[in-house]
Amino acid sequence: MTEIKTAEELNKKYLREGMWPTIFCNGCGNGVVLEYTFWALEELGWDMDKVVFVSGIGCSSRLPGYINADGLHTTHGRALAFATGIKAANPDLNVIVFTGDGDCAGIGGNHFIHAARRNIDMTVIMINNFIYGMTGGQLAPTTPFGSIATTAPYGNIEHPFDICNLAKALGANYVARWTVTHPYQPIKSLKRALQKKGFSLVEFLAPCPTAYGRRNKLGDIKKLWKWYEDHTILLEDYERIMSYGSEEEKEAMKDMFPIGVFQDIDKPGFFEEYQKLVARLMGKNNKKTAETEAVIKK
Amino acid sequence: MIVVNEDWCKGCNLCIERCPVNALEESDTINRRGVRPPRLKEVNECNCCRLCELVCPDFAITVIPEEKKKDVKKPLLRSPVGGINR
Ligand SMILES: Cc1ncc(C[n+]2csc(CCOP(=O)(O)OP(=O)(O)O)c2C)c(N)n1
Ligand code: SF4
Ligand code: SF4
Ligand code: SF4
Ligand SMILES: [Mg+2]
Repeated sequence: MTEIKTAEELNKKYLREGMWPTIFCNGCGNGVVLEYTFWALEELGWDMDKVVFVSGIGCSSRLPGYINADGLHTTHGRALAFATGIKAANPDLNVIVFTGDGDCAGIGGNHFIHAARRNIDMTVIMINNFIYGMTGGQLAPTTPFGSIATTAPYGNIEHPFDICNLAKALGANYVARWTVTHPYQPIKSLKRALQKKGFSLVEFLAPCPTAYGRRNKLGDIKKLWKWYEDHTILLEDYERIMSYGSEEEKEAMKDMFPIGVFQDIDKPGFFEEYQKLVARLMGKNNKKTAETEAVIKK
Repeated sequence: MIVVNEDWCKGCNLCIERCPVNALEESDTINRRGVRPPRLKEVNECNCCRLCELVCPDFAITVIPEEKKKDVKKPLLRSPVGGINR
C-alpha cells in the first residue's frame, strides 16, 4: 500500500526535479506515462536502488533522465539489448525500459522480437505516438494506414505493426495496451507488469500533438485527447463484435484500437531457466568430482 | 483544494477540460511561459477525484484534501491505485 498520499510527495521522491520541466511539447502524452509509472512503483514499494531504467533515442526515451534513479539512455533501438545485459550482469535489479514506437518497433524491432521470444526478465513500456516525434514526424512502422507524415505527404500506404499481438504470439508473459487518457486501469496494469517474471510489455497510445496530431488535422490538444477515447475499445468488446457483430459493426472496428490485457501467463523467465541450468550442471560436476575422488582413493 | 506549481504548467488546459465537475478555470495570472495556469473556481464541486492531477502531463497539480470542512462528503482524497487516502 502506498505511503505517499499527495502528488507533491510523489514528485519529491521520484522526480529528478532539477531536470523539470520537461522538454516535451504542450499536451504531449509522455509525461503522463511517467506519472502512472511512479504511482505503480509507489504501490509496489520497491527500493529504487534496485531499479534501473533503460531507454533508446526519441522524445519518449528521455524519460529516464527525469527519474530519481539509475538510468541508461542508450543508442537508438538498442535499449532492450542494454537492458538484457544489465539483467544478466545483476539479476537482482528490476529493469524497466522506456521506448518509443520507432525505437522499439522500427529500428529496434529485432531486439524486441527476440527479447520477447526469449522471455527476458524486464518490463518494456512502449509509448506509441504513431510517429517519429523527435525527428519531426517521419513515418513509423506503427503509423496508421492513411495517416500523413513528412515521409508520407499523400498518406501512408503501409500497414502498421500491432505490437501487442506480436508480443502475444511470441509468448511474452504479460502484454497490455492502454491510452494515457484514463489513469486507473493503466496504473494497475503497470503494477502487474512490473511484478511479472519474464518479459512484460505495456503499450501506451499517447498523443503527440506536434508531429502527429497537427499534421493529421486531429484538432487542438483537447480534441486530440478525445480522439483517443473515440478510437479505442475494450479488447473483450472488440473480440465480441468481431465474432458475433453485424457486417457494419465489424466495419466500424477497422479504425479502432483494442485496449486491455492481451496476455497474462507465467512461463519461467530466461534468467530463471538459466539459473536452473547452472544448478543442474553444477550438480553434475559435483557428482563427477565425487566419482573421480572415489576412483583416486581406490 | 488544489495546488498548482505555476512555473511547470504549459497551459494545455487538459485539467480544465477533463474535470468531471467542471471545477477548474484559467487563472488571471500569467506564468513565465505566458500561459494561464488553472485554479479552482470560486464556487466549485471539487470532490478530490484527482483526475486533473493524474492527467496533467507536467506534474503541475497536487490535490490536497480539505481537513476542516464542514461538508464531510467532500474531503475524501482518492488513491490513484484504488481505495481512499485520508
Ligand atoms: C541510429 C540512428 N538512426 C536514426 C536516428 C534519428 N532518430 C532519432 S529519434 C528517431 C525516432 C524516434 O521515434 P520514436 O522512438 O517513436 O520516439 P518519439 O520521439 O516518437 O517518442 C530517429 C529516427 C538516430 N538517433 N540514431
Ligand atoms: S514531438 Fe511529439 S512526442 Fe515529442 S515531445 Fe513533442 S508532442 Fe511529445
Ligand atoms: S494539465 Fe497541467 S500543464 Fe495542462 S493546463 Fe493543467 S496544470 Fe497546466
Ligand atoms: S480533483 Fe477532480 S473534481 Fe477536483 S478539480 Fe481535479 S478533476 Fe476536478
Ligand atoms: Mg514515436
